[in-house]
Amino acid sequence: MSDTNLTEQEEAIRVDTEKGNFSYPESYQYDAGVGLTEDTVKYISDVKNEPEWVREFRLKALEIFYKKPMPTNWATKDLETIDFDKIRYYLSKGQRPSRSWDEVPDDVKQTFERLGIPEQERKFLAGVEAQFDSEAAYSRMKEDLEKEGVIFVGSSEGLEKYPEIFRPYFGKVIPSSDNKFAALNSATFSGGSFIYVPKGVKLKQPLQAYFRINAENFGQFERTLIIADEDSEITYMEGCTAPKFETATLHSAVVELVALKNAKIQYITVQNWSSNVFNLVTKRGMADEGAEVKWIDCNIGSRLTMKYPGVVLKGRGARGEVLSIALANNGQHQDTGAKMMHLADNTTSNIISKSISIGQGRSTYRGQVHMPKHLKNCKNNTECDALLINTNSRTDTYPAITTRGENNTVQHEASVSKVSAEQIFYMMQRGLSEGEAMSLAVNGFVNDLMKAFPMEYSVELKRLIDMEMEGSVG
Amino acid sequence: MESVVNATPDSPHEYDFLSFFPIHSHHHPLILLINTIHFKPTVHIMNALEVKNLNVSIDGQAILKDFSLTVPKGEVHALMGPNGTGKSTLAKVMAGHEDYDVESGEILLDGESILGKEADEISHAGLFLAFQYPLEIPGVSIANFIRAARSSRLPKGEEINAVEFYKELYEKMDALKMDRKFTARSLNEGFSGGEKKRCEILQMSMLAPKYCVMDETDSGLDIDALKVVSEGVNLMRGPDRGFLVITHYQRLLDYIVPDVVHVMYDGQIVKSGDAELAKELEAKGYDWVKEEFASATA
Repeated sequence: MSDTNLTEQEEAIRVDTEKGNFSYPESYQYDAGVGLTEDTVKYISDVKNEPEWVREFRLKALEIFYKKPMPTNWATKDLETIDFDKIRYYLSKGQRPSRSWDEVPDDVKQTFERLGIPEQERKFLAGVEAQFDSEAAYSRMKEDLEKEGVIFVGSSEGLEKYPEIFRPYFGKVIPSSDNKFAALNSATFSGGSFIYVPKGVKLKQPLQAYFRINAENFGQFERTLIIADEDSEITYMEGCTAPKFETATLHSAVVELVALKNAKIQYITVQNWSSNVFNLVTKRGMADEGAEVKWIDCNIGSRLTMKYPGVVLKGRGARGEVLSIALANNGQHQDTGAKMMHLADNTTSNIISKSISIGQGRSTYRGQVHMPKHLKNCKNNTECDALLINTNSRTDTYPAITTRGENNTVQHEASVSKVSAEQIFYMMQRGLSEGEAMSLAVNGFVNDLMKAFPMEYSVELKRLIDMEMEGSVG
Repeated sequence: MESVVNATPDSPHEYDFLSFFPIHSHHHPLILLINTIHFKPTVHIMNALEVKNLNVSIDGQAILKDFSLTVPKGEVHALMGPNGTGKSTLAKVMAGHEDYDVESGEILLDGESILGKEADEISHAGLFLAFQYPLEIPGVSIANFIRAARSSRLPKGEEINAVEFYKELYEKMDALKMDRKFTARSLNEGFSGGEKKRCEILQMSMLAPKYCVMDETDSGLDIDALKVVSEGVNLMRGPDRGFLVITHYQRLLDYIVPDVVHVMYDGQIVKSGDAELAKELEAKGYDWVKEEFASATA
């Protein structure tokens, strides 16, 4: 880590948000600069002191990234506004862009206040402090886990120290060629978690990315790989309800889950991005025979989120599930959904998606369910419900279901609803203000999915929804 | 300024309003007003729900025509009449529904005007409307809903004691013969007609309003449910509460015996009487009222 002083760091951040001609302090030892070239990728690999195979993996991914067009043939044209030449792909190790508390916008501070985020965490979340005092908690947790043979480290540490477990699965569930942003992540990834749960180990407590990320560093191109060995169980939680205040506008993560025979993985995400962020994430799990992969996903904020958690149901009797809540407010587009690839007999999948569009917010559901000809006794259930708050709110649904073979059943239900004026009048007659009535109705709309979230998350989510609803009526 | 308090019409200069409030005056302005007979006396009954000369239309069509009604605290008034005479419109306008054009008139709750106020303000002032068709609010449990309604009446920062709340809720549900499991069910969602009406009465008793307006509470009820609902209402009767029971049929009034029965036709009350009037109506039917009305206006 360099001895760069605070002023230089601050300057660096200012540069990040400006367009056009700028320079970057040379004293920044580990900085890949702006723009993405082969040198950038080599630089990242050098700084991380990576083995040759990772370096090759990155360079190959970069080629794919260059070749792949933006997916604007089906996705929003808004993607074209991303200027890859203006993005900084790697900032020196241990360096988190920091700023003073005074520079944090008032609305962000207020949000922390109202969400009840503890004082010390606020500074971390606002990017004022590189880390807060969670290292102790993390290392205690790590010690306990190690006794059971569980590995819970950063992805770089994972590929360096445990290549025999890491390498066979890395990039296998989501190959670099999967999509342009998976390729981008594969070329530039840093940060994220690597978890291995040995055979038969059933973790009772969820593992929280929060601890690890705080103890290490948060990257915009996170890469996470979780491997649950046979008969093991793990729940992983990432994110929090506090708005992530980031200067970087592009976040493109890749998360791969591998559930071996009869293993269970549950992956819970709650994210609340600031409204300048493009959040383009690829998440997919592989479920072997009798295994289960469950994604619970809550997306709030961002300018554009594109995220379709998927499960490849590879072994007989495998189960996949995606439960998602998306909330799109003014100027936001939540383009979310799910993918279920049935590749074996007797596999089942379940998708429940709920979206709320407020003001001019737009939510899109895209679903893909695939059951090929040679399979039998597969089942899918898809429900997608959209709630529109204002007359100018928007929702679209694009379900793609292909089913062949014998005895395969698919069920698809979609609904679009509005909170009616009569419902609001009814609630107001009981004494609720118009805003309270609307918030209650929205919370009711997502209530059954909320129960899938851990208690503390659902309490925070409720508060967050109340806050998002403010000013949406009247 | 001692003469101000004893102001009489014989000393006109005393009515110069500005002179009532000299900076050095020790008199409270209110005392001045109360003692000033110069103002036109308007009688506001402090313990009643009053509707005065109310004219309401929707899309240009007159529905309530110079409608007047007074429900004093401690009394149960039944409002009967054939369909389409404006009974439900009256209930909604009283509760602050915005779809109606109120052209003139007054609605006073204990002397205070509630006309033109927001529905939640009217609720807080003490008026409860039991809906003819209660709305379904998916995902919002009965318990949470009533709790939110109760919380809305508390000063900011104050919270409901959950233990006491549930104790009271369960007692009232028991009285209405509602299964306690109902608290977790989504409000009115998938309820039978009877369950919806019981749920309305449950909310009514939990919110303890000063005035209860019940719009066709008997519709969709079988005889057992009708008895249970009526019992719930009768338990709430008392000197501090007034009821306006809107109904098409006399049946309900066998169980909730009214003090006064009003018959409404064509946007106004055409006949008032005691509980016997309802029975007469039941025997003769509404045609009798219509004919009487027709001959009176002819």
